[in-house]
Amino acid sequence: MAVAESIVANDQDTGQSELALRLARTWRQPGGFWGWFCNTHHTDIGIRFMVTAFIFFLLGGMLAAMIRLQLIRPENSLMGPDLYNQVFTMHGSTMIFLFAVPLMFQGFGVYVVPLMCGARNIAFPRLNAFCYYLYVGGALVLWGGFLTNTGPDVGWFAYVPLSGPSYSPGHRADIWSQMITFTEVSALGVAICIATTILRYRAPGMTLNRMPILLWEKLVISMAVIFAMPAVMIASGLLLLDRLVGTHFFNPAEGGDVLLYQHLFWFFGHPEVYIIFLPGAAIISTLVECFSRRRIFGYTPIVVSVVATGFLGFSVWVHHMFATGLPQLSESFFTAASLMIVIPTGTQFFCWVATIWYGRLQLRLPMLWCFGFFFVFLIGGLSGVMLASVPVDLQVHDTYFVVAHFHYVLIGGALFPMFAGIYFWFPKMAGRMPSETLGKWHFWLFFIGFNITFFTLHFLGLRGMTRRIYTYSPDMHWQGLNVLASSGVVFMTAGLLVFLANVFHSMRVGAIAGNNPWGDAGLEWSMSSPPPPYNFLHVPTVSGRDPLWEDPPDQAIVVGLRDDIRETLVTHSLDAEPQHKDEDPGPSIWPFLTALSVSAAFVGSIFTAWAVPIGAVPVIATLIGWLWPRGESPTPLPTGESWLR
Amino acid sequence: MASLNEPIRTPLTLDVSALPSVAFGHRNTTWLANVFYMAIEGMMFALMFATYFYLRTRSTEWPPGHLPPALRYGAANAAIFLVSIIPAWLVRKRAPEGDRRAVRNGLLFLALFALAATLLRAFEFTTLNCRWTDDAYSSTVWVLIGIHSGHLLTELIETIVLLLISFTPKMEGTRLADAAINSDYWYFVVITGLMVDVLIYGTTRFL
Repeated sequence: MAVAESIVANDQDTGQSELALRLARTWRQPGGFWGWFCNTHHTDIGIRFMVTAFIFFLLGGMLAAMIRLQLIRPENSLMGPDLYNQVFTMHGSTMIFLFAVPLMFQGFGVYVVPLMCGARNIAFPRLNAFCYYLYVGGALVLWGGFLTNTGPDVGWFAYVPLSGPSYSPGHRADIWSQMITFTEVSALGVAICIATTILRYRAPGMTLNRMPILLWEKLVISMAVIFAMPAVMIASGLLLLDRLVGTHFFNPAEGGDVLLYQHLFWFFGHPEVYIIFLPGAAIISTLVECFSRRRIFGYTPIVVSVVATGFLGFSVWVHHMFATGLPQLSESFFTAASLMIVIPTGTQFFCWVATIWYGRLQLRLPMLWCFGFFFVFLIGGLSGVMLASVPVDLQVHDTYFVVAHFHYVLIGGALFPMFAGIYFWFPKMAGRMPSETLGKWHFWLFFIGFNITFFTLHFLGLRGMTRRIYTYSPDMHWQGLNVLASSGVVFMTAGLLVFLANVFHSMRVGAIAGNNPWGDAGLEWSMSSPPPPYNFLHVPTVSGRDPLWEDPPDQAIVVGLRDDIRETLVTHSLDAEPQHKDEDPGPSIWPFLTALSVSAAFVGSIFTAWAVPIGAVPVIATLIGWLWPRGESPTPLPTGESWLR
Repeated sequence: MASLNEPIRTPLTLDVSALPSVAFGHRNTTWLANVFYMAIEGMMFALMFATYFYLRTRSTEWPPGHLPPALRYGAANAAIFLVSIIPAWLVRKRAPEGDRRAVRNGLLFLALFALAATLLRAFEFTTLNCRWTDDAYSSTVWVLIGIHSGHLLTELIETIVLLLISFTPKMEGTRLADAAINSDYWYFVVITGLMVDVLIYGTTRFL
């Protein structure tokens, strides 16, 4: 059906509130204790992902503070080597697997993507809810292990042979392996939901070249997740098999190979960097456009850059293995590939700068964090170019220089945009404005503290301080710089406390936000804040890249979707022409029960391989319960005439 | 950006009430999700194949000190896989036509083939001429065929569930589309099964 052909003048401007009531009744999520576990609406699940991931960010941050406290002086006895090993492993694993991806990709994506698409819910909302519970299961397994002195102590990447059966008896490495399974299955499921939503649930008229850049980035990230995360599941799965049932994948004595693990891990690990960074870049593109009050400069180059980053991310993994004695030719290839990443990233940078340059900049709170991102990420990118060179890499390998680099990249590329995004979409989520004053205090405390801590680490690295050492001798003369680095934590902690105070204060007494407090162009700002359970009173259509800025007042709205069932509109992947209607499956307890049974099987398999066949029984039972058709079908029997074949 | 001076105009409407509520093939959202799922699983197989060949470069003899897996059950299973494409194809073709009877029959035969393949697979494990604890080669063979068996079992259960649904009035438009998607997944199981066969029966003999 062509959009233009089907548009007719609407002379019925009454009955809006009745429609809103009917839709609210139809799309209502159940309340109460059990209702909480049945909820499948993307705004609720998205916020849960974000809140849960932020709690783990705070816990991971506390571990970082413990590390800095331990290193503040030589021969410190605050922590022994065993606890220190657990603490730095937990810090890395928590930040990557329980915070960065779940918040930046899953949380933001699940919340924002359907709203930006003009959809009433995410595709496969039950799968989405299931993924949230599974993520929580993985987080509880990891932290449950740590709190019972069974925390992983083999680094966030769990290299063999250290993590193998010979050198890591007990269940610490097993807990790490299964945490990977939990969180990666969760991320993969959400990637399917987000990619399908973007490709099939876009508002009519939102062709691919009218898609907001954030949606492009989420689509590319989803693809990166789909093709990268199986690698870490294979790596951790084979490690678990080596440990649990005596296979020999990583045992050189029986034909196995330890470097195989590194290849598998980093084939995931480097795309993971972009899985974490691209959501940040997506937020920056959105905010720079909004606060420059003009269309983004270089839409096409940015989109091409994002897609290129997604591809290039898979061709650089070996630069994490330069110190393993690989052939020089492959080192040269991967150096070149790593340097190439600068091109798409630089293109995005220049486009952002040009947008600001040619726009009318409003330096509101979220934009301040964008500028923090520019500064911090640029430094991280520059040290990254240095590290792409094999001779430099070999010199500073496993030193604090590398620690400084990746914190500049990850905190710059994810944390600063995250705070920018939280402040930006907070009014939509909470219905109230955050305090700009407290937000600026938060920014400056965090920005100053971050640079004190991590810029200093460059110098510690150049002076030879290696990573993962629980203490050092006074003869090394590292104390001064360590004291300086640790002092930055005070500022960062103060900044985070101000942030929490801002959130709780603003949720209660912040100024009422209204629909679109920032005057942004995205569809997510067209409904009330927070969004009603049906998101859009009328599913919108769009005629440009910036709908709320460009679309005429008589821009068509979609009618003809039933309001007595949760009917959604499915459009064409490329040109977003309406194709057919679908039915949202609605709230259900089964995703939660299935997540429980899957969690039980995963946890059991830490201890015995029999947990897999035995645990499969409740998993299958709950899956059948989930998928067995119930209720009235929207497609009565016998049918067939109007099916889209 | 719209000017504040513009008169307020009544929005136009795009009426979608006549659009179908059931879609088959690539237009179906579950079809797309199934493609993504197969991409994930396909990536896992690809990485395991890569692991197999990587480990092979670490050994002067391949298979190292073992006879290649016996062909008996593997070849029989490959034949079953190939024949099973027929009922899968039938379901996929007749589901969009709303032919519930043909779909039910197709699902019945598909379930029987899947059951036969699963049983043969159990015997296949006994003729691999190695145990997973022997060495890295044996571990890889067992895990490759084990992962595929997981897919086979999943598909068997899914087909049986769809078969049970097909005996109820619930086998309407959306479920018929699900049955067609199930056939797509069966194709994936067949293709990956044949690839695993080529790897563990073929490369151990001919490469």
